[in-house]
Amino acid sequence: MSIQHTAAAHIHRDDVASRMGMWLFLFTELLLFGGMFILYSVYRFTHPQDFHLAAKELNTVIGTFNTAILLTSSLTMALSIAAIQRRQKTLSIIFQLITILLAFGFMVNKYFEWGAKFHHGIYPGSDTLLSKPSGEILFFGLYYVMTGLHGLHVIIGVVIIAFMTVFTLRDVITHDNYVKLEAAGLYWHLVDIIWIFLFPLFYLIT
Amino acid sequence: MSNENTLSNNENDVSYLEYKGKHSGILGWLLSTDHKRIGLLYLISLSVFLIVGVTFGFLMRLELLTPGRTIMDPQTYNSIFTLHGVIMIFLFVVPGLPAVFGNFFLPILIGARDVAFPRLNLLSWYLYAVGGLLAILSILLPGGPADTGWTFYIPYSVRTNTNVIPALFAAFILGFSSILTGVNFVTTVHRMRAPGMDWFKMPLSVWSLYATAWVQILATPIIGITLLLVAVERIFGVGLFDPALGGDPVLYQHLFWIYSHPAVYIMILPAMGVVSEIIPVFAHRTIFGYRFIAMSSIAIALFGSLVWAHHMFTAGMSDTGQLIFSLLTMIVAIPSAIKVFNWVATLYKGSIDLQPPMLYVLAFIFQFSIGGLTGVMQGVLSVDIQVHDTSFIVAHFHYVMFGGTGFGFFAALHYWFPKMFGKMYNIKLAKRVFWAMFVGFNTLYFPMFIMGWLGMPRRYYDYLPEYQIYHVISTIGSWILVPALFLMFGNFIYALFKGAKVTEKNVWGGETLEWQIATPPVHENFIDIPIVTESPYQYKDNELVLQTQEAK
Ligand code: HEM
Ligand SMILES: [Cu+2]
Repeated sequence: MSIQHTAAAHIHRDDVASRMGMWLFLFTELLLFGGMFILYSVYRFTHPQDFHLAAKELNTVIGTFNTAILLTSSLTMALSIAAIQRRQKTLSIIFQLITILLAFGFMVNKYFEWGAKFHHGIYPGSDTLLSKPSGEILFFGLYYVMTGLHGLHVIIGVVIIAFMTVFTLRDVITHDNYVKLEAAGLYWHLVDIIWIFLFPLFYLIT
Repeated sequence: MSNENTLSNNENDVSYLEYKGKHSGILGWLLSTDHKRIGLLYLISLSVFLIVGVTFGFLMRLELLTPGRTIMDPQTYNSIFTLHGVIMIFLFVVPGLPAVFGNFFLPILIGARDVAFPRLNLLSWYLYAVGGLLAILSILLPGGPADTGWTFYIPYSVRTNTNVIPALFAAFILGFSSILTGVNFVTTVHRMRAPGMDWFKMPLSVWSLYATAWVQILATPIIGITLLLVAVERIFGVGLFDPALGGDPVLYQHLFWIYSHPAVYIMILPAMGVVSEIIPVFAHRTIFGYRFIAMSSIAIALFGSLVWAHHMFTAGMSDTGQLIFSLLTMIVAIPSAIKVFNWVATLYKGSIDLQPPMLYVLAFIFQFSIGGLTGVMQGVLSVDIQVHDTSFIVAHFHYVMFGGTGFGFFAALHYWFPKMFGKMYNIKLAKRVFWAMFVGFNTLYFPMFIMGWLGMPRRYYDYLPEYQIYHVISTIGSWILVPALFLMFGNFIYALFKGAKVTEKNVWGGETLEWQIATPPVHENFIDIPIVTESPYQYKDNELVLQTQEAK
């Protein structure tokens, strides 16, 4: 096989490679959270009683509500990809916008949830928290850091999806070139999955 | 149409150094997604940081010439060894060979025109630059440079008032850069190999870059999050590791070393790849045990991920834990030894040509063996209790990181320099510099083994008079080594401007793909993508001669 000439090489496009790169990146994200999950397991193991008491203070209703929101948003994200595959550009954009809206809903809930904790004086470095046993300090430390970092990922996800919406509008993302949207979708599902682990660990098992 | 023709002419006739893309001048470099130009950006930035790090090392050695104060106060010494460590580790050896030579040669070695994600590649360099700037900021900002050591151990790192946070963020961002390079290389190796280049036809340095890339992907996120957590703990007072808030500092050490031990393989594996590349060329022989060398890279990456706690034998761990980690540590030595044996077997009966790259490679084998074997000693529980936190450790890791990776880096530089720039350095001078470097290095670090064995603690500003003789010898070593390093760089810089022009494709007689393309390479490396039919390192003519000799 001798080579087709250079001009073609500029529009080099390899969707398999893009997907592979995205998956590898998602592994690193999982590992990033993995470090914190290790911390959680060790501290839960060394302070079972404190963790039990601390977990009771979290609001399971808000947690459940947020889980439902994120799961739905994963669905709408997947639907937006399905739509673009079927050349339904407008529908795809609508689904992307719904996803973004749901993400905002999640963050608003988070805001109220954290706000309530702050109101009760439970925040890093507060006297109320510091007067609690060390296991509870650790529990809330991890709670803030892990849900905080997750929240940051939600925000990054919103920005990414917003870019995808613009790309779809401008026909950069089309029915035969949607690997970008797919990658954004993968990222969004990862954000969802991490929450699926955070939710039981902090809210459900007490 | 004619327009397109001139474009492709430009691409195929002029080298990547002269190629004019969308941007010209300095922007043509800073915004270029050409893997070769990015490799050079890394080469320049890494060299600058190497020189800064070496200067700090030199100052430390000067301070240790006499007991008590020689040229600086204790606090300055603490900051300097931290900066030396942070710069050398995070800004020099970890990015090291993959960032410079991996970027430049990985695509060429597998017959590709670029890496899989060229723009991501450029982003990695920018992250590296931001990380480097943050590290510099941590020196300059009020508060004083961090004094925790490059390991940022808790609780001191949440208590000290120095600029730990910028240093932590620097390491975090550099880690991110390293991850993206890893993602890029793994994908590149999977997707971009030229037709016919199956896995076992890949040059060995590609194997080692591939294994390294996996370690970069799998280990780096852990240190990223750990350092981030230390920063969060410092900024917001969140209880995570600090024992005052119920945290467990030993847990920090675990998380730190879960990355930082694999990181030593990020440092050494690519250098081993370069060694495997250079030896067959200058011994004019097929590499001995290709599959063993390739697979041992993977084995090192695997086992290397399971030994981290050997850094913590004295930090409090169960006996079972100690035994397991001690055993695993000795197991990692096996794949490393396999490589050494294969290299030596390749040299056996070869017609060895002692050009500068080969000299550095031989020094690598010698020094890496010392570093590796002392590593096994440290893996022995009873021995480690004696040598932990002494200058024995400092000697060990300099033998592997500097005597190994550093020398491997220099070997690669001498080997590929003519290909990268189309200029030849002064070979005679390079050989002399090599000997100075070799003597200087061993004079500098070998005494550290002895004094460490005798009990000289590591990271100490002061010492008892009986250790002085070793410190003096060691400092004299630095007076040989550092000038030699500067001479080496001088030789290269002189060659860039005044060196003899090289247009020949294959200066050393290598059989891998980079020697079959123009010198220096054109913008897209290959005008026609090659079709690979044979394994690398054939050296058929030579093998024939050998066989007939043997038959006689
Ligand atoms: C001329 C060159 C060099 C000199 C004179 C030098 C000198 C030293 C000295 C005296 C120490 C001991 C500090 C202490 O624990 O008291 C040290 C530590 C260290 N060096 Fe070097 N070094 C050089 C090159 C390198 C290179 C090339 C690397 C990496 C590849 C490196 C990595 C380190 C690291 C990681 C430490 C430990 C820092 C710490 O404990 O925080 N050094 N060096
Ligand atoms: Cu180790």
